[in-house]
Amino acid sequence: MAAISIRNVDVVFGNHVEQSLALLDKGSSRQEIIDATGDVVGVHNACIEVQPGEICVLMGLSGSGKSSLLRAVNGLNTVSRGEILVQDGDQMVDIASCDAKTLQHMRTRRISMVFQNFALMPWMTVIDNVAFGLEMQGMSKPKRRAKAMQQLEMVSLTEWKDKYPHELSGGMQQRVGLARAFAMDSDILLMDEPFSALDPLIRNQLQDELIELQQRLNKTILFVSHDLDEALKLGTHIAIMESAKIIQHDKPEDIVLNPKTPYVADFVAHTNPLNVLCGRSLMTDVSELDTRDDMPDDMRVLNPHDNTLISVNAEGAVVAASRQDQPLNLHRWIDGQDIEDLAEGLLVMAAADVSMRLAIEIKYKTGLPVLLTESDKLVGVLLDKDFYHALLGKHFTVGSD
Amino acid sequence: MNWITEHKIPLGSWMEAFVDWLTFNAAGFFDAISISLEWIIISMVDIFQWFPPFVPMMLTAAIAWWLHRSLPLVIFVVAALLLILNLGYWQEMLETFVLVLAATTFSVAMGIPIGIMAAHKPWVYTILRPILDLMQTIPTFVYLIPTLVLFGLGVVPGLISTIIFAVAAPIRLTYLGISRVPANLIEAGKAFGATPFKLLYKVELPAAMPNIMAGVTQCIMLSLSMVVISALVGADGLGKPVIRALNTVNISQGFEAGLAIVLVAIILDRICKAPGAKEEG
Repeated sequence: MAAISIRNVDVVFGNHVEQSLALLDKGSSRQEIIDATGDVVGVHNACIEVQPGEICVLMGLSGSGKSSLLRAVNGLNTVSRGEILVQDGDQMVDIASCDAKTLQHMRTRRISMVFQNFALMPWMTVIDNVAFGLEMQGMSKPKRRAKAMQQLEMVSLTEWKDKYPHELSGGMQQRVGLARAFAMDSDILLMDEPFSALDPLIRNQLQDELIELQQRLNKTILFVSHDLDEALKLGTHIAIMESAKIIQHDKPEDIVLNPKTPYVADFVAHTNPLNVLCGRSLMTDVSELDTRDDMPDDMRVLNPHDNTLISVNAEGAVVAASRQDQPLNLHRWIDGQDIEDLAEGLLVMAAADVSMRLAIEIKYKTGLPVLLTESDKLVGVLLDKDFYHALLGKHFTVGSD
Repeated sequence: MNWITEHKIPLGSWMEAFVDWLTFNAAGFFDAISISLEWIIISMVDIFQWFPPFVPMMLTAAIAWWLHRSLPLVIFVVAALLLILNLGYWQEMLETFVLVLAATTFSVAMGIPIGIMAAHKPWVYTILRPILDLMQTIPTFVYLIPTLVLFGLGVVPGLISTIIFAVAAPIRLTYLGISRVPANLIEAGKAFGATPFKLLYKVELPAAMPNIMAGVTQCIMLSLSMVVISALVGADGLGKPVIRALNTVNISQGFEAGLAIVLVAIILDRICKAPGAKEEG
């Protein structure tokens, strides 16, 4: 069962919703609808399923409707049409149509939120801010203080508990925002560009903290970002939005490899794909490797210039390798091994899903192509051209599916 | 042109007829208000007067210290009150204080809820705005006459006129404060499941508190500025000696009574200024 299921959701801001929806169905553009009715279409026909434990990143430029969609999930924005089903125990509650009481229950118990500009209450101390949601749940003061204290420990702000928000740096304020959201014990977390207002170093640090917290707490997170690098780093899934529509919803690697439209491709071209891509996506398949007539059938050519050759046995495993007729040592890469152990001239065999960042480091150390295996069977090789493709962003073609 | 001047619209007579109608039909109602308000104010003055002057003096000094922790302020408060006692205006000062207190209490009790409503419902404010403008710009003497007719001579028409004059301040500033609560705080409140009541109580009111307190302080000052005018319709207090001095061209009495009013104004202003105002700059 999905934790959040967004089905054909339209969000229209304005006073002529019916009329605007009718225009939308006729295929009018956003601008045409503004001209005709004065209404702004925030979200048009959005469909996403978010599974429990996922971090789904809604990505897009400002005005693309990503925040509008996020805010619809806890009812801050009214859904004009469609359903937003959110898991509540064994049942799914439709946020778009539930009554005020149910909505309030969902907000106090199931869904919490982190804001871009922190939205801390300036007249409350840090600990009371963290306890704010618990107060809304109706928890008694000593209880919620104790619980808020635990949350402050989690974000290492305990000695700041009696300060006021304005006495804290931006990064600390957002940690308070995170602690306030985590204190609710709700399974679903909405994060509206939580790190955008922070400087890059602190942003990176908080992203890492979020990843670490997520590994421990395993929430379902819907995260809004305008930064594809952030989306690729945090997201298990990414939904890219452009002018109120979701134009691609995929795993990070698929977004980078197969951007569906020029708009997405443009985003991807400005990001560093090395963290996201794995060797398999870029490798030269084993069947594409050259053989030579003057050599035995089991030999494959990796580099004709310095005569780097490997021999593959009947099971597909690499058994030997040589360069300029000198034998090369084969080395099996083990996860977590120290990269400094590798020496020049070692031919490394790594798992096919090795990250491109690691593959490049291996290549840098050994000066040789990297062999990719799957249960001991050679599936492909990362040759020089594959590395260059990754670095130059030539690893994808738009719309090729 | 002549036709226009010859056919005067009897606006004044209509108003007079309306007030007459009220006096005739609702005299009992207005009398009841008048009697009960007068009783409240007179008993409060009696209570204050029952204490020797040093008790209210020390109480005021204690409140000043508790709110502001400022020794110069405490010294000033005590010295000013001693001077008023010395000038022989202690009782008048108490009467004025009670009048201001009563007017402020009624104004704030009415003004804050109205201000909140206006901030939440735009149409309320649309209706309210011209009324508030009218209440603040219409010369006080003009509504002093009907209140006099309806409530009779004494402290009550003074109180009612003071409330009419002063109630706009808490309404306006509460409205301002509530409607300027940052949208993200409201969103945060809602997102964490605040009911409309809790949202008001836990988010909107605390966020608007500096503005609301400014409204209360303004209301106190406006009430105090009505002291002399209230005296014209028979309200007791520091206004009375001022009026008497005016009628008898008594410079020394006028100066002393005027000084006492100024001292009360300064004391109230300094004590009521939000203690946090200094930190905010």
